[in-house]
Amino acid sequence: MMESSIYLDEARDPLIIAEGWMKDGKDIAIATVVETWGSAPRPVGSHLVIDAEGNFHGSVSGGCVEGAVVTEAIDVIDSGNAKMLEFGVADETAWQVGLSCGGRIKVYVERLG
Amino acid sequence: MDPYALKTLNAERRARRAAILVTDLGDGRDRIVREGDQVAGELGAAIAKAFRTGNSGSVEAEGRTFFLNAYLPQPRLLVIGAVHITQALAPMAKIAGYPVEIVDPRTAFATSDRFPDVALHAEWPEDVLKRQPLDSYTALAAVTHDPKIDDFALKAALDANCFYVGALGSRKTHAKRVERLLALGATADQIARIHAPIGLDIGAASPAEIAVAVLAQAIQAFRSRGLEAKDAAA
Repeated sequence: MMESSIYLDEARDPLIIAEGWMKDGKDIAIATVVETWGSAPRPVGSHLVIDAEGNFHGSVSGGCVEGAVVTEAIDVIDSGNAKMLEFGVADETAWQVGLSCGGRIKVYVERLG
Repeated sequence: MDPYALKTLNAERRARRAAILVTDLGDGRDRIVREGDQVAGELGAAIAKAFRTGNSGSVEAEGRTFFLNAYLPQPRLLVIGAVHITQALAPMAKIAGYPVEIVDPRTAFATSDRFPDVALHAEWPEDVLKRQPLDSYTALAAVTHDPKIDDFALKAALDANCFYVGALGSRKTHAKRVERLLALGATADQIARIHAPIGLDIGAASPAEIAVAVLAQAIQAFRSRGLEAKDAAA
């Protein structure tokens, strides 16, 4: 078997980190980009993993919306109910946070277990 | 996400095997599908496409919305032979998104001076492949012209079902190679998978042009994975 470390960057891989957190008995939420329109910094399928204290790894944007996703994720960890979040262009009237690049993304946030 | 699904997914990724996490966005239930698992209907067709392209996305099937997250191992290219063609092929392949490793036991060829910034093994393929076995997300190009170096690696690539296997040499050279591979225990079907003469037929003349032809053929093989099998079954 090939050494996994050659091909997976385990120290930075969100799903590997989430598995480690799970073994430590932490409550975790996993956020996934499920749709993008226009210019989006991270492709569909990208993950952000969050624990109940708000620690996170990975990314679903270039840092534009991670803060909001973490806040929602803590809520998802508490309730156990998954959420679909949508973020668009930063616009004071319509959006609290947004993507300065002009794209839109949809992020699915679910609890692990 | 189901904790068991997360563990299974990570195990597949660590082993360099493709997997797709299928999530029902209506009720949040999910499961892991491995390459080769049979899934019927529209969902099955979408899963097969995701394995081929590596693209994740949503799909409507059976009146439900599923999100398919495709996790494909990084495709890579192993070149047997630190020759002139390889000097052009290594940087080209890296730019195209196929990291390269080079194996050549001839220390006069395998020098970091000739191959800066590339993983280079001045060893026999037998020794390197023992440490780093081939897999179906690896392409192998054998370009030494020397049966003592190429043959073992070619047989190993066929056994590991590498997505691309190419061998440098004329038709006459290849005919002799076929005899040797049969003697090593390769089947005729396996041998038919070898691209020889190597590279797409674009009239390549210089070493760099041959490198373009090889890289294009490897990309074609990667992007059409599974299509031949489907055509044969239809």
